[in-house]
Amino acid sequence: MGQKITIDPVTRVEGHGKVTIHLDNDGNIEQTRLHIVEFRGFERFVQGRPYWEAPVLVQRLCGICPVSHHLAAAKAMDVIVGAGTGDGLTPTGEKMRRLMHYGQVFQSHTLHFFHLASPDLLFGIDSDPLKRNIIGIAMENRELAVQAVMMRKYGQEVIKATAGKKIHGTGAIPGGINKHLSEEERDYLLNGEPMVNIDQIISWSQGALDFFHDYHQKNKEIIDRFIEFPSSYLSLVRKDGALDIYHGVLRAVDSKGKKILHDIDYHEYYRYIDEEVRSWSYMKFPYLKEYGRETGWYTVGPLARMNTADFIDTPLAQKELEIFKAYNNGKPSNKPMHMHWSRLIEILHCAEKMKELLNDPDVLEGELVVKGNKTDEGVGLVEAPRGTLFHHYKINEDDQIVMANLIVSTTNNNQPMNEAVNQVANKVMKGQPKITEGMMNAVEVAIRAYDPCLSCATHALGQMPLEITVLDSQNNIIDSKHS
Amino acid sequence: MNKVVKIDIDGLECIANSDQYIIEAARENGIYIPTLCNYPGVKPKGGCRICTVRVNGKQMTACTTPVSDGMRIENNTEELINLRKSIVELLLVEGNHFCPSCEKSGNCELQALAYRFGIMAPRFPYLFPVRKVDASHPKIIKDQNRCILCKRCIRAITDEKGRSVFAYRRRSSRVEVVVDSKLGKQLTDELAQKAMDVCPVGSILVKEKGFITPIGERKYDKNPIGSDIENITITKR
Ligand code: SF4
Repeated sequence: MGQKITIDPVTRVEGHGKVTIHLDNDGNIEQTRLHIVEFRGFERFVQGRPYWEAPVLVQRLCGICPVSHHLAAAKAMDVIVGAGTGDGLTPTGEKMRRLMHYGQVFQSHTLHFFHLASPDLLFGIDSDPLKRNIIGIAMENRELAVQAVMMRKYGQEVIKATAGKKIHGTGAIPGGINKHLSEEERDYLLNGEPMVNIDQIISWSQGALDFFHDYHQKNKEIIDRFIEFPSSYLSLVRKDGALDIYHGVLRAVDSKGKKILHDIDYHEYYRYIDEEVRSWSYMKFPYLKEYGRETGWYTVGPLARMNTADFIDTPLAQKELEIFKAYNNGKPSNKPMHMHWSRLIEILHCAEKMKELLNDPDVLEGELVVKGNKTDEGVGLVEAPRGTLFHHYKINEDDQIVMANLIVSTTNNNQPMNEAVNQVANKVMKGQPKITEGMMNAVEVAIRAYDPCLSCATHALGQMPLEITVLDSQNNIIDSKHS
Repeated sequence: MNKVVKIDIDGLECIANSDQYIIEAARENGIYIPTLCNYPGVKPKGGCRICTVRVNGKQMTACTTPVSDGMRIENNTEELINLRKSIVELLLVEGNHFCPSCEKSGNCELQALAYRFGIMAPRFPYLFPVRKVDASHPKIIKDQNRCILCKRCIRAITDEKGRSVFAYRRRSSRVEVVVDSKLGKQLTDELAQKAMDVCPVGSILVKEKGFITPIGERKYDKNPIGSDIENITITKR
């Protein structure tokens, strides 16, 4: 009798997802699917609203990385108000936005690595779920837990100083930013009393990488061999090939490192990328048009950025990138668990960048906004923590939005996440008579590597109710398990 | 003839001029009576009823009732606070007030009153009316989702001949405030900005200026609505 196993909802990812694993009569995996049960109405909500409202409205899509949506929309609106295509802002406008973005990626990556991913690494995938969470980490390694909290707080404080609020601020406006950094804010972030200072933040970020290297040495099985499959990778890179999470050109490489999207102007993304709808998921499947639906899919996010970038323009992170590239023989890493490694390199990069910007006088004074000839269409892209984020808007002559298209990072990662689930399910569940909690968590670990933002952040921490249902080919429930 | 009178507000003896309305006299004595439709310098209307006080035991609107000698006024009582709170809640559920993306947030009097009254969520069900956004005017947007029909704009924004640039249209539950199609054409930048400032909510927006004031510098970011009045130092007359 064929069986269908449902893991619902996936814990410790940002939001809700559901995994179904269909087994055939012999216990072999017939098919696996990651269903996204979210429905985003934002592309419809913004219609009719004035264009300058979009950066503030659409960021409500998410409570973990709202800044990414805020900035992607603001970049699209820059084009609409004639402020250039992402590099036409005043130095203050661009640097304040960058500072906000580095703070955001820093806090989001920190949250993911320490709070969501490290329990699996520290305690093991099949360890006791009651211990396998951030509270468990705090009991075991107090120092690490304190660092995690302080690092996240630091990123949030940077966001507050640039956007006005830690979550859902208003800093970026069409053509620039609405504030400078005050000297008090700058000193608070640089020198850190009563908080930790930026040098401490950089050294903790380096420490997290050292911790990872040590772990990697001892756990090659999970980091290198747990999941591996060929994928293409897509991200923004700076025009000279440097890692750049705020602005650049679109580059994609295949699993062997061959460039398949040649540093294109992202304002024309729709000429190169299309999205496929599949009946069983609300989430679309994007792909590179030139390579078609079957083979044109790609991975985005930290791993993709390490694989596409030629170098990093901050010294400590560059050193780490060199180690990463050397370990992978100068080729892209096709190991999704290297996503954690990549994320840590980016944490360090963001910390170095924040220091650079906090010491830049342009954030303290200078013109905030620039405007030019208005147009009726704008595209804005940023590298959000989870990957490339596309915002595209059209407005009418009365300044109202008439069209919005958003391709969010997690959507870009739809196919690779499905591939990862398939591989892990085949590995741990194949031919097994009973499905254990450890097996289920293995599937979740694979999904979690992508840090998917499935709809909202309300269930970010700890153990959520987990329900597995085993169904036969006629959809009769033959087993059901609650955690 | 204008003369000095003595009134009592919540047991506090206050001195006022006989040509003042209660709300003005209270303000000068450092006492805040909440209101939404009243606006300094504009003829009072008594429309929103939020300024309801008890005058010698009877409920009256403080913005339209002139003071008289020996008046006993109750303002800060549980009963009146609850009444005012209910009105704010009714206004919130009657329109579509989505503060998170509204550029008036932080400068909005309705939002500020909701904060002052500690309203976490209205006690009444939301009506979710279907309303339009009129963006056809070159300088301003009229968002009907947020209009509380206080008529401040109609009373305050006039051309040089004293004619209102804004007007009521339709009746009953379909009533709305619109820009007069003829007079609206002459709306100067200055008047457009004044209209936005006069509107207590985010129903009149000057185009392309949204979110220019950072969080922290908006009107009610630091101090609750009314605190400017309550912090007046009163010198004994
Ligand atoms: S537009 Fe504003 S000022 Fe005019 S009636 Fe509506 S809420 Fe009052």
